[in-house]
Amino acid sequence: MFQRLNGPQTLGNGRGFWIGALAVFAVAVAFPAVADPYDVGNFAYFLIWIFMALGLCLMWGYGGMLSFGQTFFFGLGGYGYGVIEINIGAAHGGSLAALVLAVSVAALAAAILGYFMIYGRIGGVFFGIVTLSTTLALAAFVGQTAGPEWTVGTARLNGFNGMQGMSPLQLPWFGRDIDLEESALYYFLLVLLAATYVGLRLLVNSRFGNVLVAIREDPQRAELLGYDVRRYQLVTFVIGSLLAGLSGALYTAWGQFITPSSIGLPAAAMPIVWVAFAGRSDLTATFVGTFVLLFAFQTITIYSEQSALVLMGLLLVATVLFAPRGLMVGVGQSLTRSFAKRGG
Amino acid sequence: MSGDLFSYIYQFADVFAFLVLSAAGLAIIFGMMGIINMAHGEFIMCGVYVTSATYHMGLPLVLAQACGTAAAGLVGVVLEYLVIRPLYARPLDSLLVTLGVSLIATQGTLVILGSTFPGIGTPLGSFDVGAYTFSTYRMVLFAAAIGVLGFVYVLFMRTGFGVQARATMQNAAMARALGVPTSRIYALSFGIGAALAGLCGALYAPTMNLIPTMGAGFIVEAFVTVVVGGASVLLGTAPAAAVLAIIRSGLNAWYGQVIGQIGLLIAVILIVRVLPSGFSGWLARRSAS
Repeated sequence: MFQRLNGPQTLGNGRGFWIGALAVFAVAVAFPAVADPYDVGNFAYFLIWIFMALGLCLMWGYGGMLSFGQTFFFGLGGYGYGVIEINIGAAHGGSLAALVLAVSVAALAAAILGYFMIYGRIGGVFFGIVTLSTTLALAAFVGQTAGPEWTVGTARLNGFNGMQGMSPLQLPWFGRDIDLEESALYYFLLVLLAATYVGLRLLVNSRFGNVLVAIREDPQRAELLGYDVRRYQLVTFVIGSLLAGLSGALYTAWGQFITPSSIGLPAAAMPIVWVAFAGRSDLTATFVGTFVLLFAFQTITIYSEQSALVLMGLLLVATVLFAPRGLMVGVGQSLTRSFAKRGG
Repeated sequence: MSGDLFSYIYQFADVFAFLVLSAAGLAIIFGMMGIINMAHGEFIMCGVYVTSATYHMGLPLVLAQACGTAAAGLVGVVLEYLVIRPLYARPLDSLLVTLGVSLIATQGTLVILGSTFPGIGTPLGSFDVGAYTFSTYRMVLFAAAIGVLGFVYVLFMRTGFGVQARATMQNAAMARALGVPTSRIYALSFGIGAALAGLCGALYAPTMNLIPTMGAGFIVEAFVTVVVGGASVLLGTAPAAAVLAIIRSGLNAWYGQVIGQIGLLIAVILIVRVLPSGFSGWLARRSAS
């Protein structure tokens, strides 16, 4: 098991890395004991977005598919959770069922959209603009659902003002439901995120991951070696988009509301900025870099949201021009090299 | 002619004009350099804002529109020099850079100018056919779209620049070896593409509310037209816009704008499944065989 976590597709494979990772995890576990509840809720909010960043990292960094559609699936997951939860209620595992169903809706949509794009051999820049167009169309659609006729069961979509009135997640626990709020939600997200990270590391270091990277490097050669390139790409697209759906469903459960502005621009550009800045070729770099950017973005947003977004744009331009492989990957690689030097 | 029939033609012409005008600049840049300019909507917004600002300074509308077009073209040339030029070998990275520029432009405009800007009333009034009333300005827009297609034809097929541009498009290394200044051709093409985006904004300025995020209202149509059309404006964008305009104007009439946009998108995804390199790739293959 431990061997399979490590491999050529990830940075940080040594004993030192894993000791450090466990230490970070231990600090994260201890955090609610020392921090005030507001900060805990805030950190839970940061964790929510990392799922979709990891999904984009898998698709773009490992699979070579630059998708601008993460917030499309985020929106499907988020609105899906709201609609389903409002209709079936949160009790007796209802909210968890809503979470699973909402993520399934996002995965199904990814399978359909992905089938047409990947089997239609839409590649390169067109993959980006088709996914972005789909995202903007969803945002425009949800934006005009203000009227009372736009209800699904008892759930009202409510246009630009956003959908609200859903319950937070509840964990069924021996006849008594535990509300997942504040530190309980934080722990739930922490465990889910750690499991996702470990699962993705297993995936990219497996045979599947090696084939995926081979396809990224040269699709034609991979195809001539007998691999069904499009099937690998479709599976990757579904997994990456599903994680965006998970982010969306968790976001709605966290804040108990969602608006179309979570789907359209500039929201759709954010995952791209995080992953490009962090370094798309590595999961750990994406994880750390996304967390750092979310923290910085929120700090600046207190003064001016527009300025924070301008800075994000500048950061994207600067990253592409001066550090096209991403900043965190560079840091990670030099750390790895210095460890290797000391060890050898 | 009965009012109903003219109404269908009018709606088709309206959508066709919108698709051609919003996509032409994007298609020229894509066809020339293989780059999709994600800041395309912001060039359109630039055209709108400069048109409105100069109009309110007292210029006649047509001159104000010329200013909007020229301003977007100049910004395009500067941008090409600063951030696009280093990335010609990396088309995906130029997608990212222009996305960053788009973020900076929309949010920066919000910071500097705020969320509203004085607009321009639609000029030229209206005319009647049968029982219906139609806007004259929309017919001007249709004529402008035909004019843009004519301009692109003359520019690329009948001028020295056009010969050099087509040579660069077919084989940049060979063109350079024969003395074509390819980097100047690229800069000019980017400027022309940006100016056409500015023209689109300038022409639509009198019909819209001015907000810094208005570019997003153009780019879905521009993107899908280029995806279906492929790399050539004349053989791609024009037929793609005609086909998509039939689909879109039908859906608009029966189900409204948003369903029209979603239907357009679904149609595009289905078309691309059948014609992966778009209309121009398909036409080129047919004429080759």
